[in-house]
Amino acid sequence: MIGLEVHLQLKTRTKIFCGCSTEFGNQPNSQTCPVCLGLPGSLPVLNSTVLDYAIKVALSLDCKIQEYTKFDRKNYFYPDLPKDYQISQYDLPLAKNGFLDIELGSITQQIRIRRVHLEEDAGKLIHRPDFSLVDFNRTGIPLLEIVSEPDLNSPLEAVEYLTHLKSIIEYLDVSDCDMEKGSLRCDANISLRKKGEKELGTKTELKNMNSFKAVKDALSFEIERQTGLLRKKEEVIQETRLWDAKGLKTISMRAKEGAQDYRYFPEPDLPPFVIDDKKVQEIKNTVGELPKEKMLRFIKEYGLSAYDAKILVSSKKDADFAENECILLYPDKDKKPIVNWLIGPLASIASDSNCSISEVKIPGGAEELIKLVNLVEIGSLSNLMAKSVLSESISNGKPASAIIQEKNLFQVSDTGSLDNIAEVVIKDNPKSVNDYKAGKNNALMFLIGQVMKISLGRANPQVVQEILKRRLK
Amino acid sequence: MELNELTAHELIEKLKKKEITSHDLLTALDKRISQVNSKVKAYVRVNDFSFSDLRPKAYNLQPILQGIPVSIKDNICTEGYPTECCSKILEGFKPPYDATVIRKLKESGALIFSLKTNMDEFAFGSSTENSYFGPTHNPWDLESVPGGSSGGSAAAVASDQAIVALGTDTGGSIRQPAAFCGVVGLKPTYGRVSRYGLIAFASSLDQIGPITKDVQDCAIFANIISGYDPSDSTSADVAVPDYTKSLGMGIKGIKIGIPKEYFIEGMDTEVKNIVEEAVHKLKSLGADCKEVSLPHTQYAIPVYYIIATAEASSNLARFDGVQYGFRADNQGLNSENRLLDMYKQTRGKGFGEEAKRRIILGTFALSVGYYDAYYLRALKVRTLIKEDFDHVFADFDCIVTPTAPTGAFKIGEKVKDPLQMYLSDIYTISANLAGIPAISIPCGFTKNNLPVGLQILAKPFAEETLFRTAHAYEQNAAWQKMKPKL
Amino acid sequence: MNSKPKNTPEHTLITKETVQHVAHLARIELSRLELERLVLQLQDILDFIDKLKKIDITGVNPTSHILPIKNVLRGDDPGVSLFIDKALENAPHREGNFFAVPQVIE
Repeated sequence: MIGLEVHLQLKTRTKIFCGCSTEFGNQPNSQTCPVCLGLPGSLPVLNSTVLDYAIKVALSLDCKIQEYTKFDRKNYFYPDLPKDYQISQYDLPLAKNGFLDIELGSITQQIRIRRVHLEEDAGKLIHRPDFSLVDFNRTGIPLLEIVSEPDLNSPLEAVEYLTHLKSIIEYLDVSDCDMEKGSLRCDANISLRKKGEKELGTKTELKNMNSFKAVKDALSFEIERQTGLLRKKEEVIQETRLWDAKGLKTISMRAKEGAQDYRYFPEPDLPPFVIDDKKVQEIKNTVGELPKEKMLRFIKEYGLSAYDAKILVSSKKDADFAENECILLYPDKDKKPIVNWLIGPLASIASDSNCSISEVKIPGGAEELIKLVNLVEIGSLSNLMAKSVLSESISNGKPASAIIQEKNLFQVSDTGSLDNIAEVVIKDNPKSVNDYKAGKNNALMFLIGQVMKISLGRANPQVVQEILKRRLK
Repeated sequence: MELNELTAHELIEKLKKKEITSHDLLTALDKRISQVNSKVKAYVRVNDFSFSDLRPKAYNLQPILQGIPVSIKDNICTEGYPTECCSKILEGFKPPYDATVIRKLKESGALIFSLKTNMDEFAFGSSTENSYFGPTHNPWDLESVPGGSSGGSAAAVASDQAIVALGTDTGGSIRQPAAFCGVVGLKPTYGRVSRYGLIAFASSLDQIGPITKDVQDCAIFANIISGYDPSDSTSADVAVPDYTKSLGMGIKGIKIGIPKEYFIEGMDTEVKNIVEEAVHKLKSLGADCKEVSLPHTQYAIPVYYIIATAEASSNLARFDGVQYGFRADNQGLNSENRLLDMYKQTRGKGFGEEAKRRIILGTFALSVGYYDAYYLRALKVRTLIKEDFDHVFADFDCIVTPTAPTGAFKIGEKVKDPLQMYLSDIYTISANLAGIPAISIPCGFTKNNLPVGLQILAKPFAEETLFRTAHAYEQNAAWQKMKPKL
Repeated sequence: MNSKPKNTPEHTLITKETVQHVAHLARIELSRLELERLVLQLQDILDFIDKLKKIDITGVNPTSHILPIKNVLRGDDPGVSLFIDKALENAPHREGNFFAVPQVIE
């Protein structure tokens, strides 16, 4: 039984309780003020956009927004915590009781979300041999904590959950969700229970997992470790364990003196918040189409398979690129060919360059890709050849059309491929065909022009004319 | 009369007419401070102070105050000048920002004294004996306490070492020293004055307020420091009326409640008689005085000491030696956890006895197993105390009580018995719990020539009623004209 | 805590262990004398405070905020940050642009 606790840094312009910048990577202690430094006499004031973003996320996870919510102080001592308490939420969090669907194969599982709440981030510690260094730039960055019920049953499911969650958050554009930069963090709780038994096993908490892969590996290791202990009839101790990415194992944290007593109490410096239906509706209206909805729409409108649709919608940028620049502009009603190219060759190129399909710089734009796909569909270019043209185009910056022309990739006199083009042109231009048959010679010129266009100017006009005349007899 | 013996409103007139300059006034104050500070010790870190630090600021947007100097309690942040809450743990701390009230004073043309007034460390106390710098002495009797925690501010004003001072009040820390020193002190409605820049003791109880020589000065300064502050989420967005307009209105027909729980068997007879006489005077001025009941009065002190210490224990956690102030030097310690040692020794050595006691008590009240029985329960009884006042104010304009159960006690008399010290807050504490405004004005002297204070309470944001009533009494009694012989 | 103090609903017993535990939570080092004194003083104070347990508080809501204020917010607008030197001005131990503390043991 696995539960995940995800912390997201919200990408507002300023921090949660003060006007300092939330930008990443600047000089240490350059983005601080009396409030986020916790200087004596300073007081917090909540950033309204933080609240809006939080409600947005909670709504997208089908949570119930609490009408009355407040902040509490979580008291503990640590050098990266300037006030030696964190402003967080304890018993009246912003939202509760939502869910997130995960799909493994053809099975959909609903993972319950226990709560969503806001808190402030702490600073960064850098350890040197003799002393530790503190940078308070990060203190006060808004964090959204999303806690799931222990409904996940395997490391794979955990990764699915994280993947789906990340794509929703990216769609909402409220966080960078970058585990490397720390804008998405994940802790896990895991316990084992024998099939059929009702009693819950002892759970351990896992921390220090810095990527989705680490989450999977850490959970896998922990399952094995706990299984091993239980088989030997030994006890699993309730503790916190850190994932050691180098040694590929979980390590017990130093034994702490008893459980932490955070002495939570309502934050006296922040009056409570009442969130009415009007506000909730206002925010709901700003939530656009979410990944799942888009996926279903792609299946319905463009006839994609569930598998293909799922891949395309996993990133909003990619989905928008795919839909607006490729699918909608692709001339044929059957969109499968262009989609295959997006998911196949283009995705491959993207992955090699460590970017996403919308980020690949196609010389001449998506138009060129469409032209390529079209030619393959018509039969004027082989699949293999087209792939190679695409690769070459992207690596040397020349539009695909130009490459095809230069390299004379068309069999100019290949009546076979020209014949194919002619057939398409005839089918697509019934008016011109009738005009020609009625005696208008210009119509023939027009039809030749169309064939030339599709063949990127490489066809032999004489040959084209002969083919057309023959077909239109 | 020397210039430093005048009130602010008298001085403002002279400054406006250019009869005197700001420099003249500063010179008079300087002379007085040199004369008597060694006896009274109202100010701290005097050796670090130089009058040349005071330069009239360039931005006199509304020169209401014409350069009147204002003395500031050591727990209000003044940019670039030490603000230490009279505690070792904050030694050397220079805030990089001004408290909002300081900014407001500057914008009105005040000169901010960088020489801060003495206080009980972190405002923990009722006598100013808990200061790291030693006690302040009551100008009326140098062997007695000036009250606390704003004892330095009250003593400075009473001895004409200050024209006007700012104090802070969490459980009576403006009013009780004002009473002990024979001056006027106002605790505004909670949220009336911004807390931004006030080094917090108990966040849901603290307020900054003026300590002045008479009611008119108090109204002038209440005008300036009050008002909504977007930097303070607990600041009230309520318009500030001109409090000086309440002066001279008289109190004919004002309904005054006298709570029977404040006049119990065994209370000090002198205080009882003096306050009863003051009530007679109010009646003679046309007020309608009747007995009322505040039934939960006896629970105010326990409730206060749970809530205030709980909040304080959290507010003072930040004093840990990491960013500012004192840090215990634990070099050469061969311990396993030097960070833990740093925390414990910094706080063990940096905090005084009362501070440690309150932090421990407050931490206890919030800890696992005790939260419901103490903290949560105290929050509920607080509701009952507030409701007591709501019921009375439905029918009465204000409530009048003694400010303190006795006149000033001797230095050393109560400091060894914390509980006894806490019990002396009995009359002032409820106003902080209920969030209502309260003022203390002089109303007489004990046979030992120690001042006695009269406290007036009103409902939230009804400071006008306080000024109206206080002024009416003052103009007919003239206690404020008396000065201690130093 | 090593041993739970013997408490009854009416009376809380303060022991040396209680005070030591709480002092640790508050990160305050107490001398032996201070510890002994505090045990007595805290017991005195708590005995006095225990009178609160006698009141009937059924149905009473707690007051965390005395003013009926709610929904205090500010816009997501940039404010003024401190210059690095100002932020570090009061630091007991400064290393470059960082605050330095004794080594943290994770």
